[in-house]
Amino acid sequence: MSAEVAYQKVFGYPESLKPAQTHYCPGCGHSIAHRLVAECLDELGMREKTIGVPPVGCAVLAYNYFNFDMVEAPHGRALAVATGIKRVHPDKLVLTYQGDGDLAAIGTAETIHAANRGEKITTIFINNAIYGMTGGQMAPTTTLGQVATTAPGGREPERHGRPIDISRMLAVSDGTVYIERCSLTSVKNIRKAKKAIMKAFRAQLDGLGFTLVELLSPCPTNWKMTPKAAWEWIDTEMVKTYPLGVIKDNTGYEDKK
Amino acid sequence: MPSEKMLMRGSNVVGEAAVRAGCRYYFGYPITPQNELPEYLSWRLPEVGGTFIQAESEIASINMVMGAAAAGARVMTSSSSPGIALKQEGISYMAGQELPCVVANMMRGGPGLGNIAPSAADYFQATRGGGNGDYRTPTLAPAGGQELAEMVFVAFDLADTYRTPVMLLGDGLMGQVMEPVVFPDPIDPASLPQKDYILDGCEGRDPRAIYSLILDPPALMEHNLKLQAKYDLIAEKEVRYDTVELDDAEIIVVAYGTAARIAEEAVHELRAQGHAAGIFRPITLWPYPKQQLRELARDGRKVAVFELSLGQMVEDVILSVGERAPIYFYGVPGGVIPTPADVTDFLHSALADDGKVGRRIEV
Ligand SMILES: Cc1ncc(C[n+]2csc(CCOP(=O)(O)OP(=O)(O)O)c2C)c(N)n1
Ligand code: SF4
Repeated sequence: MSAEVAYQKVFGYPESLKPAQTHYCPGCGHSIAHRLVAECLDELGMREKTIGVPPVGCAVLAYNYFNFDMVEAPHGRALAVATGIKRVHPDKLVLTYQGDGDLAAIGTAETIHAANRGEKITTIFINNAIYGMTGGQMAPTTTLGQVATTAPGGREPERHGRPIDISRMLAVSDGTVYIERCSLTSVKNIRKAKKAIMKAFRAQLDGLGFTLVELLSPCPTNWKMTPKAAWEWIDTEMVKTYPLGVIKDNTGYEDKK
Repeated sequence: MPSEKMLMRGSNVVGEAAVRAGCRYYFGYPITPQNELPEYLSWRLPEVGGTFIQAESEIASINMVMGAAAAGARVMTSSSSPGIALKQEGISYMAGQELPCVVANMMRGGPGLGNIAPSAADYFQATRGGGNGDYRTPTLAPAGGQELAEMVFVAFDLADTYRTPVMLLGDGLMGQVMEPVVFPDPIDPASLPQKDYILDGCEGRDPRAIYSLILDPPALMEHNLKLQAKYDLIAEKEVRYDTVELDDAEIIVVAYGTAARIAEEAVHELRAQGHAAGIFRPITLWPYPKQQLRELARDGRKVAVFELSLGQMVEDVILSVGERAPIYFYGVPGGVIPTPADVTDFLHSALADDGKVGRRIEV
């Protein structure tokens, strides 16, 4: 065998990510989610045809990491901003990347209505059950009993209301075609999450309607856990409130095994 | 080619002028008294291949505007007073991101829900921001009819030239009244100058990011100073105003928009009675024609400010005129529209300095 054909690149840095050091904490799910989005865009050859909207939240600086066009939205308004973009550039892949506070508290109206209009946009929804950026306050998705700086005794249904399952709520709307909940814990789950993101992008490019992938994502810093314990908490506790799996799939795609 | 002369309601004039100025995107939420504008654009925009979306709120609509502006489009929204309050966050973001758009406000009575009658109580809201941060919103206040059509074109040009949100300030009366109008030459959006900052996918170039978050204080300071330099340039180059019979005037009425239309009748009446009265009508409320008004306030002339509010623009008049001339103020809030005779009474009172109608401002 000649030396020239001996090596083939099987793993590298995705082109859709800038070679930058992120500000995310060790063990944070945001870094993994970024990489998955980037890998999917690379594989679809869509980097130069993508416009993204980062949230206000820990991922507010995502435009420093993603290697494609991005415009920052005010807190919660990503899907309204994305609507404006998509209507001007219907041929581009438009995505929002949003935390639970952004998507399911302050931005609930924008989220529901963009989904219900069937905007051909994909939302990557990072559910870490807490307000990361502002220091661990209660999120709409904080689970019952979970401690937050504004629910120091743990979330109680009577006092704080119940955790919201926005993905299931969105599934009710005819505007949504594909919604899946995955977790960023084990290699197996992460690979599953990537498949879901791929499918959502594909459905958008096929013009089918609104797609969303919810990712249960560790926030070791504000959960006050080690990264390993944070993964375990998702796998054992968080999934009780947010069970993993396909919530809605009207794509009609046949899943390749 | 300019259009034929058409008889149209003010709201429709704004809509048609926007389409002819090359605007193909409108996002808004219904509120009286400006619903005729979105209703008009809801059929007119699709006719020219444009997009109209009735959003779920004013907040959503201004953010859709932000997205479309980032994507490179000429885009507008409209609302009335309480709805504009909700758009202020987005306007502040767009000022920071240096994104262009036109926001029309057909003002109504306030505060709060107020009423739906024509008022002009949003002068502060328009000219002093309302959103957070050090920014300015160029604000055009046409007096209706033909000028309404022309100022829509000017608003889009200002927005694109300076990469800023621009406010078009009208009121419910202006929106409803039918007047003759000739539209300027239509603009093909494809013929507009290319923008080198927009997001359209980074094919063949580095990716772009549009944002207003600048965490490093010296860097944000630099951005603020850059914005300020732009506002200084706008203040230097874009001031607009109109005057009526000022040459020999012993009293200058300062009024804008609908109030100026009422004042014009009062001035004619006063002239018929032998008093030399004239009008100074700011068309840009920010930048305010400060210097121009200041230069006119001389030779013992009196300055009489008339507003459809309890006194907001009068603060800019005070800043312009200072102690160079006595300033009188007459304002009617709440959507009550005074008659020309009411304004005539005010001007007589100012001339006599008898305090019967309105009041003298102590500077
Ligand atoms: C209008 C407005 N309100 C509040 C804030 C403060 N704020 C910034 S991020 C955030 C919550 C972020 O939480 P989440 O969306 O869950 O994202 P995470 O940081 O956990 O990734 C809040 C309340 C803001 N920036 N703007
Ligand atoms: S605070 Fe939480 S969500 Fe934010 S970067 Fe750190 S670990 Fe990630």
